[in-house]
Formats: sequence, structure tokens, C-alpha cells
Amino acid sequence: MKRDRPGKGLDTSRREFCKTILLGTMSLAVPGSILAATEKKGLSDWYGTKYEPAKHLYAMGIKVDRCIGCGRCVDACKKENNVPDYPFFFRTWVERYIETEDGQTIVDSPNGGKDGFKTLPSDKKVFKTFFVPKICNQCEKPPCVQVCPVGATYRTEDGVVLVDSQYCIGCRYCIQACPYGMRFIRPETKTAEKCTFCYHRIVKGLLPACVEACPTQARVFGDLKSKASPIIQFMRFNKTFVLKPGLNTEPKVYYADIDREVR
Amino acid sequence: MWKRIPEQIRHLVVPIVALVIIYFVARHFLVPPTFGLWGHYRAASVVQNAELPLKYAGSEACADCHSEIASTKKGGYHRGVACEICHGAAYTHTQDQEKQKPQIPRTRANCLLCHEYQPSRPTGFPQVVSESHNPLKLCTACHQPHDPRPPHPPKGCDACHATIQRTIAVSRHGDLVCTTCHEVPNNHRLSPRGNMAKKPQTREACGKCHAQDASASKEIPRVDMASHGGKYLCWECHYPHMPGAR
Repeated sequence: MKRDRPGKGLDTSRREFCKTILLGTMSLAVPGSILAATEKKGLSDWYGTKYEPAKHLYAMGIKVDRCIGCGRCVDACKKENNVPDYPFFFRTWVERYIETEDGQTIVDSPNGGKDGFKTLPSDKKVFKTFFVPKICNQCEKPPCVQVCPVGATYRTEDGVVLVDSQYCIGCRYCIQACPYGMRFIRPETKTAEKCTFCYHRIVKGLLPACVEACPTQARVFGDLKSKASPIIQFMRFNKTFVLKPGLNTEPKVYYADIDREVR
Repeated sequence: MWKRIPEQIRHLVVPIVALVIIYFVARHFLVPPTFGLWGHYRAASVVQNAELPLKYAGSEACADCHSEIASTKKGGYHRGVACEICHGAAYTHTQDQEKQKPQIPRTRANCLLCHEYQPSRPTGFPQVVSESHNPLKLCTACHQPHDPRPPHPPKGCDACHATIQRTIAVSRHGDLVCTTCHEVPNNHRLSPRGNMAKKPQTREACGKCHAQDASASKEIPRVDMASHGGKYLCWECHYPHMPGAR
């Protein structure tokens, strides 16, 4: 089937045209397939096969009225994750809230609570006082991931926000973006760092170090996709809240018995 | 077929092909191999995060060998306190017992991290003021840390309810003993949570002294029990440990 067309070199048949297009696309696909073959390198044989991230969704519950402010969670976290032992690098910490009778709220956290709490920082008459553990909220919609210019921080399929310390350029955008102040720059590597829910522990079925170290079970950890998980029981029997709900970050650290002053 | 393509197009093909090749070569060297496999990040980084070394073994691992201590702990108040809180991270010890011996902390400071009196701690959590609580003795001299029990049951209520005792002592109810209003089961001093003391459940408990027809001393303020307070128990509005408080 030939049609008359103006111009000499353009009387290609449909068959030939299709052939050329197909060959052209295939030649493009060759380097692509070579790339795809190298992609699997660097991945391990157990992650994604023995451990399936899509079957989990991790969350933490914190019972504020159980926290005794012993700081064992801070200590355990620093040891488990090699967090620099200075008073300004924390993946988790404990805050002491003091509401005075004249309506002031004082918040302090000496060394993140790692060495315990000593005397009250103010002589004012106390209306009430309590401890609040803080940890990365592992947001469903993490602002820190959104701002990362190189894709060095991301949310895994099982709902944990991680940092790729090899790929991080240390630009500090994520530190600015996190409304909970959970990130810091590690001084030796100059890369961003944050709580990972002890990702290397939870994928092996262990508890995060802070949960393991809590003597009063103020911290509850579990898998929202498993009905038998302690976090499901926690969600069912407690009235739960999240920090800064108005920011629409959808945190996955739930607080029970929290005071309105806590931010 | 190649000859039938117009010359100017043929000439253009060369730079286009070169550009495509340069793109793929550059991409190959600039983009890490697993980038974009599962999302806008390096998939290998997830595995790197998941393969970091462990430090804490978890108390289940401890119970595998130290089952005797584990069963002692099970029934005691410290059942929720994981071994590694006091003895330190011990994953290396679970792999090779010779390589690491877990610490045994014997100082008072270690126990006082949790048990020193702190106003911010939740009510009911056992606390001591270390300066006045046998200051020169080690905690372990009287208390067995794996099954901590007071060496003898506390004599007075103020051993645990010190805050209340201090409040009531300076109030108008200072002369009353706790059992005037609270019904305290015999075993409350040995196992407080299992045998809770009771608060008065009737208005008449307060009426014994405060009703119009009560036989108590005349200086005690009286109310008309029938009209005052209605359906509420007295302590739902008045704080009996400090009746003058507003």
C-alpha cells in the first residue's frame, strides 16, 4: 500500500517505519538493561525477601504519666547508635515540664535527662510537674524528606524516616524543616542524623534500644499492621495525641495522658 | 534506507546519538547504582541502616542462660526492668562470654537515678530522699535488686505517702489518722497495688463529724447534709487532706 507524497525520500512504507522505530527504541533499551543489571549490587539477600518491609508499619506510644525521668532511654540510645556524647546531640531525650502557680511553664532538659534530673530549676511554687520523652515522630508526611535536595533522607516502606549518611551533603535543610527539632549534624561526618527507631534492631524483631531500656514501660513499640502488637493495645485503651497536629505531618509517635502545655 | 533520509537529518543524527550516549554514560557514573529502585533514594542505604551492629541484646537473650535470675525477677517489682538497664549493653557478651563481662553497678547513684525523690515523678512510684535514707549504706545491703522488697514492711503511711502526710499535717485534719477515713486491707503494706486502700464511698463518712446532729466537738463546722452538695461525695469538692484549700 503506497501513497503518493510530495518529496523524494519520504516514501517509507508503514512496515519500514515501524521497524525503524522499534529498532531505535530497542537500541536505547540496551544501556538501560545493563544499568538494571548493576542495580541489584549492594543490596543484601535477606532484606526484601526474609524481611518484607511492606508487611510492617512501625509506631511508638508514650505514656507520659509513667515516665520517671531516669534518662535510661537517652543513655541506651546514645550507646546503641554511637551518638556523640555531648549535651547537644540527641536522638531521643526527656524534658521536664514545670507549670508554676503563677501560670508560667518552664521546660528543661539537663544533658537530655541522661544523668537524671536534680533539683527544680526555679524556686517558684509548682502547680504541677511531669516528664515528657521526645523522639523523632517518624511522620507519615515528613517535611525533612520533602526539603532534602539530593534524596539523602527518605521514608521506608515500613514507615521509618532514615538518613543516607553516604549521600548526605550536610546542607542542614532538614534540620530547619523538622518542626520537632529532632535532627542534628554529626560533628565527625558533617552529615545529618536522627532517630531511626533503631532500624537495625526492629528489622530483626528486637525492640528499639530506648524501649528496651525503659524501666516503667512508658514507651510502647509495635507494628500497626499486626493486630497482636502492643501498640494496637496502646491505641485502643488510651486516648492518644500527637505533637503539633496542626502541621499535618501525621506523626507516628502517639502520646497518652499528655498535658496541653506540651509542644 | 539510510541514503533515502535527507542529508541534513543524517547529519543531525550523529550529535543526537552522541548526546544520548553521553547521557547514559554520565548517569552511570553520577547516579549511585541503586538510586531510584524503591523511591527517590539509594535502596542500598536502607540495607546499610538495617545492618548496623547491635549493642543491646534484649532481656529475652539474657533469660536464655540466666533463667534462674529471670524467674526471680518475674514475680518482683522489677519484672519490667530489663537486665541491660543496670548491667549495661551486652550483645557482645551473648556472642562471646569471655570477650565482655557485663558490669554490676553497686553504687547508690545507680539506684537513685530512678528512686531519688523527684516532684516530677508520677505519684506512687517508690522514691526515697537519699540524704535521710541510710546515707552510708549501699542499697543492695537491704534490697535485693532482682526482687526488690522493703526489708521490713513500712510502719507508717508516710513511708510511701509522704506528700499527703506533709500536707495533712499542717491542715485542720492534722490530728486524724489515715484509717479514720481510709479502709486499709491488712496486706496493703506488703503488696500495695494488689490490696488498695479505699476512699470513703458515702457522704455519711464525713457526716460523722460534719452533720448537724453529729456528736463531735462544737468547733467543727457543720453542714445540712440533706441540702448541701446533693448527689456528690464530699471529697469530690473538698480536699480532705487540706480542707482549707481553695
